[in-house]
Amino acid sequence: MKLYCLSGHPTLPCNVLKFKSTTIMLDCGLDTTAALYFLPLPLVHSPRLSKLPGWVSKDGAINLEKELKECSGRVFVDSQPEFCLPEKELLDLSTIDVILISNYHCMMALPYITEHTGFTGTVYATEPTLQIGRLLMEELVTFMERVPKAHAATCWKNKEIQRLLPGPLKDAVDVWSWRKCYSMQEVNSALSKVQLVGYSQKVELFGAVQVTPLSSGYSLGSSNWIIQSHYEKVSYVSGSSLLTTHPQPMEQSSLKNSDVLILTGLTQIPTANPDGMLGEFCSNLAMTIRAGGNVLVPCYSSGVIYDLLECLYQFMDSANLGTTPFYFISPVANSSLEFSQIFAEWLCQNKQSKVYLPEPPFPHAELIQTNKLKHYPSIHGDFSSEFRQPCVVFTGHPSLRFGDVVHFMELWGKSSLNTIIFTEPDFSYLDALAPYQPLAMKCVYCPIDTRLNFHQVSKLLKDIQPLHVVCPEPYTQPPPAQPHRSDLMLELQPPPMAYRRCSVLGLPFRRRYERIHLLPELARSLVPSEIKAGVSVATVSAVLQSKDNKHVLQPVPKPAPVPPSKKRKRVMEEPPEVLNPKPLLSGAVPLEPFLAMLHKNGITEVKVEETADGHILHLQTEDVLIQLEEDATHIICDNNEPLRTALRDLVLRFLQKL
Amino acid sequence: MPDIKITPLGAGQDVGRSCILVSIGGKNIMLDCGMHMGYNDDRRFPDFSYITQNGRLTEFLDCVIISHFHLDHCGALPYMSEMVGYDGPIYMTHPTKAICPILLEDFRKITVDKKGETNFFTSQMIKDCMKKVVPLNLHQTVQVDEELEIKAYYAGHVLGAAMVQIKVGLESVVYTGDYNMTPDRHLGAAWIDKCRPDILISESTYATTIRDSKRCRERDFLKKVHETVERGGKVLIPVFALGRAQELCILLETFWERMNLKAPIYFSTGLTEKANHYYKLFITWTNQKIRKTFVQRNMFEFKHIKAFDRSYADNPGPMVVFATPGMLHAGQSLQIFKKWAGNEKNMVIMPGYCVQGTVGHKILNGQKKLEMEGRATLDVKLQVEYMSFSAHADAKGIMQLIRMAEPRNMLLVHGEAKKMEFLKDKIEQEFSISCYMPANGETTTIVTNPSVPVDISLNLLKREMALGGPLPDAKRPRTMHGTLIMKDNSLRLVSPEQALKELGLSEHQLRFTCRVQLHDPHSDTDTLGRIYTHLKSVLKSYSIQHVPDGTVIVESIVIKVTSSAEEPNLKVILLSWSYQDEELGSFLSTLLKKGLPS
Repeated sequence: MKLYCLSGHPTLPCNVLKFKSTTIMLDCGLDTTAALYFLPLPLVHSPRLSKLPGWVSKDGAINLEKELKECSGRVFVDSQPEFCLPEKELLDLSTIDVILISNYHCMMALPYITEHTGFTGTVYATEPTLQIGRLLMEELVTFMERVPKAHAATCWKNKEIQRLLPGPLKDAVDVWSWRKCYSMQEVNSALSKVQLVGYSQKVELFGAVQVTPLSSGYSLGSSNWIIQSHYEKVSYVSGSSLLTTHPQPMEQSSLKNSDVLILTGLTQIPTANPDGMLGEFCSNLAMTIRAGGNVLVPCYSSGVIYDLLECLYQFMDSANLGTTPFYFISPVANSSLEFSQIFAEWLCQNKQSKVYLPEPPFPHAELIQTNKLKHYPSIHGDFSSEFRQPCVVFTGHPSLRFGDVVHFMELWGKSSLNTIIFTEPDFSYLDALAPYQPLAMKCVYCPIDTRLNFHQVSKLLKDIQPLHVVCPEPYTQPPPAQPHRSDLMLELQPPPMAYRRCSVLGLPFRRRYERIHLLPELARSLVPSEIKAGVSVATVSAVLQSKDNKHVLQPVPKPAPVPPSKKRKRVMEEPPEVLNPKPLLSGAVPLEPFLAMLHKNGITEVKVEETADGHILHLQTEDVLIQLEEDATHIICDNNEPLRTALRDLVLRFLQKL
Repeated sequence: MPDIKITPLGAGQDVGRSCILVSIGGKNIMLDCGMHMGYNDDRRFPDFSYITQNGRLTEFLDCVIISHFHLDHCGALPYMSEMVGYDGPIYMTHPTKAICPILLEDFRKITVDKKGETNFFTSQMIKDCMKKVVPLNLHQTVQVDEELEIKAYYAGHVLGAAMVQIKVGLESVVYTGDYNMTPDRHLGAAWIDKCRPDILISESTYATTIRDSKRCRERDFLKKVHETVERGGKVLIPVFALGRAQELCILLETFWERMNLKAPIYFSTGLTEKANHYYKLFITWTNQKIRKTFVQRNMFEFKHIKAFDRSYADNPGPMVVFATPGMLHAGQSLQIFKKWAGNEKNMVIMPGYCVQGTVGHKILNGQKKLEMEGRATLDVKLQVEYMSFSAHADAKGIMQLIRMAEPRNMLLVHGEAKKMEFLKDKIEQEFSISCYMPANGETTTIVTNPSVPVDISLNLLKREMALGGPLPDAKRPRTMHGTLIMKDNSLRLVSPEQALKELGLSEHQLRFTCRVQLHDPHSDTDTLGRIYTHLKSVLKSYSIQHVPDGTVIVESIVIKVTSSAEEPNLKVILLSWSYQDEELGSFLSTLLKKGLPS
């Protein structure tokens, strides 16, 4: 059993597990942080961005002013943003049988994996994961296609040139493998390969392996996966949360008794408490609005935004800001809000019971009804005529490189009255802001990451007791910025097996058994005999049938009766047909009872001679020698086949057959 | 021999008060707990005294499963759990859990408040009963206890309707509840995987009907409604608040829109808006088309259909009214019917099945005079139309489901005996499986024959699979040999060698040696060579080696040749073999006694 690690990113994993005869990909996260090296894509022509100076090396030898632009001392690529894909060279992607998706954030690389690679397998995901994942992909594609770039910058990627570029561009790795965004057609084709599953549904893969998604408590439809056979169990934990937000709580007990637990998707901000961050978010928001400024919240279109809206729904009235309009701008804003209301089965108890009334589970329905929250597909169209300030705008993309957020940065960045509040933990906010410097607007960093922290995970592991833990390398050491915080790492016994991008780990498994079924007729025919107290054995002679990785033992068919016309003699001349293996023998042949047995069968003249290891019996009339030893019997008998077989059967009576 | 026992307490050769007891692998499960619309006395509920004469049911049942929210499937639930007494888990899907208590409360109101019955369950009992409900998700495997697991499949029929698979070890039962094999305007078709249950318990409402295409029926329905409205008549469509009502509303809504019709359409109870809201929130349970477009246009927001007020019934001019309940046995639909029955311009369309004893059933059978309370009679002059819109599988659909699930046995419930008989014959002919149709209180026993799961050592399995080759020869099956070790409830099949080792036993070697005398005028080496050639030609499929030290080895049988100095032509052939090669050794000694071919 092996694990191929195609991504080193701890929260955007992509691993391939070879288990029994199956090849299973666990998640395919897309690392979008590569977009930070690129210049933002403005929706409306931005004089500032277009006037940025091109980059020329100090000695003037390299001139890349068309491809690279300089802003406040940093160099950005002026091209459509690209993403870092999971490793494609480590193994043949066309051999992948299934892909298991744990949550909608961890499937964004799916089209790169399933399209143009020869992939013919099935993708398993829950319904909310599929629907919201589709929305996020659709949003990404729209963001890119809305602002087409005529030229793709590639010269800077030349190794010789990249070496000479200023940091951090100089240090970017694998830039040749970066790819631009996929098309909607590829998204549709990739998602058509998804098969929906429900929590605790047992899915059989080729009869060899069973996979089961379990609620992970992180987002709508998010799951951990159990991959097991009758004897081995691998748990894949990815993006789990123990906090009570909107999703169904995490199912923990089914993770018990794992041989191997693959642990990914812990919190990216282990030092921040989500509840505290939420409080800070509200107070900063209120402060800005009271001062007449606007608040910009760069965010994904699904997930924490539902909790933010719910929190604000309660907070705004109590803060006397009930009239402040909220705007949610995204090509999929409406769909995201609508979809969130129809997945009652995937929500926490509290929200689920609302549906029974029947009421929508999320209060944003009321915010929309009372016109406090308005959603628009983009800043163009109705929004421009309807929007009032001061206001709160939720929009993407959190990298600040594309999407409607770029426009608001240009619009509001110059005024110190306005505030940008970062809530998504995926991007460094300083890097995200770099191409907008110098910036007058206030920046507040309130990352809300509800995923497990190190304290929670060590308690969880103590409860579920996996034999081995596999995790990304960063989890095995303290964060680089806080080298003394040994509490911010995994300390386990035995120590976790760490992986990085391109690692291939052999998982510590010794498979020893497989499940087989005895047909009832065969089971009934068995004759068990007790060997010692509580242990019985039975000799099984049967025909093995293996089909679709399922094994069945059938009774040996009775040989067809020999047609009476055939002469007996001829039959004798045929060599024995099938090599039916004989059972092994065990036990000893005791002298006295054996002699008695011989006597009973008419063999009376026996001369017994003692030897070093036992006895030699000489059957004088028949001229046969029988050597009896503790672990061996030797019958020497010439020219008398009936006698030999008779003696054989007498000996066998004393022995156990296995 | 293990068996599965099935006893209907209701719905055995009948439609109404569905309640089926299943005993499987030592577990007892109650499937549905419904009421009968045709009775107002004790026969209204299943006879729970069958389970136990005195006391509560909790210790006799491991769980109760409700397939969908129709009252003939869940109407007796509060009576069973709160009045007879049951505290175990009750499983149903989320939509059923949401809607079922509302219909139960309606039922209670009609029975207690309108008819003045006492000794009936109370509102509080409905609430207490619902607290025992555990929601089920589709395809989720729910472990009721260590051995018993259940799994729900989509059944169509009404919002949240489910089929359930019940499994203990290797034995399983599937219960369909009510289902529909063709998608309609708001729900999808039932689906199940090839789960090969020991027995499939299916409804058989339309056992003998093969219904024409849905399109034709819809066109027919619209034509009739349209014609009646055109000539100024009133159309009454008795429905249940949830289910068919929504489908017909969607149908009329789109028709009204297309034809630009002005006649009002009303929906009778206050439940409408609420009911539609359930459909909106449980949109994932509707059909593909509605789910796909719900963000742009929610099909359950109607423009033309408005709430009905009692006084509208006397308004002049044409109108269409959806009124509950669906079988005209009580409530608003019956009141409106009484008002409109005398006018031949009007029409009543019965879109679903009517249970015996209801007004709906009577008028469908052509009865023109109805006896009402207080000896009054009612002349039925309005047109009576029946249109099967109730979403049950027809004969074709039932056969289709059997093909999908591949059950080993079949059992029919929820249908009329005569029709069942016909379908039973058809099933037995087409699938060559036994089909049962027990009456209420009658037990069907099915002997199951589960195979025995065993742990086989991987070494043994791999060795056998390698020896057997990729394509085993069906005519010459290979016999595999192993030792089954039974210890502390575990069954392990290992190779005999491993068994010896594990049990700390030593092997006992049994050998045979046999001397054969032979006249052969050659040197010893040549004789051995001739033996080798001879055996080579006789034993084609065996491994035979001529070892330079003067032995021939066949498999593990050793053959040597010696002769005495006095008689060099009299050879003594020495054969020695172990018990494991007994057959071959015996054969060789016989063969060599016959001499060598010259």
